[in-house]
Amino acid sequence: MEAVLAIVVGVFFAVGIYLMLSRHIIRILLGIVIFGNAVNLTIFIAGRVVREVPPIIPLGLDVPDTVTANPLPQALILTAIVISFSLFAFLLVLAFRAYQDLGTDDTDGMRIAEPEGEDLPPLGY
Amino acid sequence: MRTVIFRTVAPYLTSLMVLFSIFVLLRGHNDPGGGFIGGLIAASAFAIYGIACGVPATRRALYFHPMAISGSGLFLAALSGLLSIVYGVPFLTGLWTSFGFLGVEVDISTVMFFDIGVYLVVVGAITSIALALEERELP
Amino acid sequence: MAAVSETAVDISSAMITAPTPLADWVVIAPVAVPILFGAFLLMVRHHTRVHAVITLCALGLTFVANVLLLGRVLADGPVVMTMGRWLPPFGISFTADTLGASMALVGTLVAIVCALYSTRDIEAVGRRYGFYPFMLLMMAGVGGAFLTGDIFNLYVWFEVFLISSFGMLVLGSEERQLDGAMKYGVLNLIATTLFLIATAYLYGIFGTLNMADIAGKAGELRGTAPLTTLAMLYLLAFGMKAAAFPVNFWLPASYHTPRIVTAALFGSVLTKIGVYALLRTLVMLFPPERAMLSGLIAWVAAATMILGVMGALAQTDIRRMMGFVVISGIGVMMAGLALGTVEAVAGTVLYAFHSMLLMAALYLLAGIVNEAVGSYSLREVSGLYRSHPLLAGGAFVLVLPASGLWPKVLLVKASLDAGNGWLAFAILASGILTTIALGRFFILAFWRQGPDAALQGEVPVVGYVVLAALTLPVIAIGVYPEPFIRIAESAAAGLIDPSVYIGTVFPAGATP
Repeated sequence: MEAVLAIVVGVFFAVGIYLMLSRHIIRILLGIVIFGNAVNLTIFIAGRVVREVPPIIPLGLDVPDTVTANPLPQALILTAIVISFSLFAFLLVLAFRAYQDLGTDDTDGMRIAEPEGEDLPPLGY
Repeated sequence: MRTVIFRTVAPYLTSLMVLFSIFVLLRGHNDPGGGFIGGLIAASAFAIYGIACGVPATRRALYFHPMAISGSGLFLAALSGLLSIVYGVPFLTGLWTSFGFLGVEVDISTVMFFDIGVYLVVVGAITSIALALEERELP
Repeated sequence: MAAVSETAVDISSAMITAPTPLADWVVIAPVAVPILFGAFLLMVRHHTRVHAVITLCALGLTFVANVLLLGRVLADGPVVMTMGRWLPPFGISFTADTLGASMALVGTLVAIVCALYSTRDIEAVGRRYGFYPFMLLMMAGVGGAFLTGDIFNLYVWFEVFLISSFGMLVLGSEERQLDGAMKYGVLNLIATTLFLIATAYLYGIFGTLNMADIAGKAGELRGTAPLTTLAMLYLLAFGMKAAAFPVNFWLPASYHTPRIVTAALFGSVLTKIGVYALLRTLVMLFPPERAMLSGLIAWVAAATMILGVMGALAQTDIRRMMGFVVISGIGVMMAGLALGTVEAVAGTVLYAFHSMLLMAALYLLAGIVNEAVGSYSLREVSGLYRSHPLLAGGAFVLVLPASGLWPKVLLVKASLDAGNGWLAFAILASGILTTIALGRFFILAFWRQGPDAALQGEVPVVGYVVLAALTLPVIAIGVYPEPFIRIAESAAAGLIDPSVYIGTVFPAGATP
């Protein structure tokens, strides 16, 4: 199971990085999403994939009576999903506004903050 | 998207989804559910309402600005963590109490208020982003 | 109301049973206070008139908490509080040691000064958009990042201040800001994702995320686990956050676009968190791996400081020049990371204090200059010495090479002791070049004959106040560095030998 998931993670990373190499903002953002999912799967595998019962303590006991699955990676993934989701939503709005205001989603055309051919500072006075 | 069918159904759908989101929020303590997922359901309800009836109508219906809702949620969550200062236990410790209400034992806890805070933060933040995106799609 | 449910279950094996004294709350106060006030400001977002006052009160309270915390840490060693009564490593431990507490203190001081100047710089539109709530939430993220003792929690605080910084960055929604924010956002998101990858592997290897626990367990696992890979991943992720050389291009692309207050806060505090996280992971958690990577880190450090200052020399826009000066300073701090001795790390920490204060002062100086002359271009700003002699005096102190002398002395001495002459040379060369870049700014803006003095605008009183508030500590570090060096050395010693840190989180060696 780990091997299959590891391959899936590898494919996700490859796809994500390929998309992030694009010049277009929207592809970069999609790449980031896939990259983030690859990371979430990595955390999941890092917690060891096992076929165990859910980590719920039965009524009347202090500790679970059988071996249970590791709940921590799921908590970590949930946190990571929430955070990456909100950041992605924000970046999506930002990209949309940038596209509307700058008229392009091509990063090569986004040179307003760093204009090309700026003159050098004065050498003397 | 402003078809008659959708605009007629949307208010009912929205109210149903908001009700369901509160149910999911409250059952989250012992069963699957919780503040985050409940908040997402409520936010999608408002997003649907925004698509059907327009963003200004949604903002009017919400009454509070989404970011203000978000802020109140964060405030509530932080306060429920700070309550433990009174009991000499570390930040964010779950404190429980229960009272009888119409013959039923009702448990309330700081954990629940924290979760309600999470719910409000998610509703506010996601609704605000969704409305911002919908606002710009209009011609 | 019962504080704890009365059950027959013996909770002492999983939960903290001793009551938490009120004094321990100083660990959480630097985070809780800004969150509480930031959330409150979001609630009253339309009453913008009260925002600035409430922000200053909140930051003042945070500052007091930080002072108390640092005092306690210096007196009794690290302070720890584990969330939700769970015993560490199951609960998230907030652990303040000298490094975290002192950096949080300096960061809060800078934030107060920036909040003071923001009363001039941020107009009504920016306030309605939510500058002050964002600022408070960002400071909560910064405080959390400096004080947390859990590496996943560190990731969460990174994201907290990142998302608030987005809000501050696009405050005016000018085209330049959208452009800069896009690059800042995408590259920083990638950096934090890399951080998360590294943390996933770390969890896979250690099965714990508590930093004290990791530091204690790293020794046993060394040899079987790929810890060098982990250290390398953290170096890449935090190097990107800190703007170290090959991955620094987001900083000059974005830091000159927002309001000057925002730029000052970002340039002084946010990159230093990257440096802090590098120190925390590489020096405290993975020291042998850091030693293995030290050659690489030294090259990165030298390239960052030299190329950064060369970028500064080529800029006409004062704010863009300051952005490159920030990068050059990061390079100097990385030099201490490469060397890894107590003296070198102390140099890094001291330089971080100095750089936080100095960069905020320089950015705010640029803002004040802009207010007086109406331009950020070195071609246009001139004649300020005649019109504003007091401002010129303050600026002269800031551009003096003496101000960053002591940390550099420590670093140069440490690199010579380590037989690393070229690194010492690079530090000195970057120091000289930085002096040239800043000196040229001073000469062009202040000494050059300008238009008639009557044309120059007025500098507000608050401008002088904020400049003085930042310049005086800079002078103090330059003239009487002993207490600062003592704090920095205590921070460095705590990082290199984390046994006290571990002992505070796990009393009596009760590592599970």
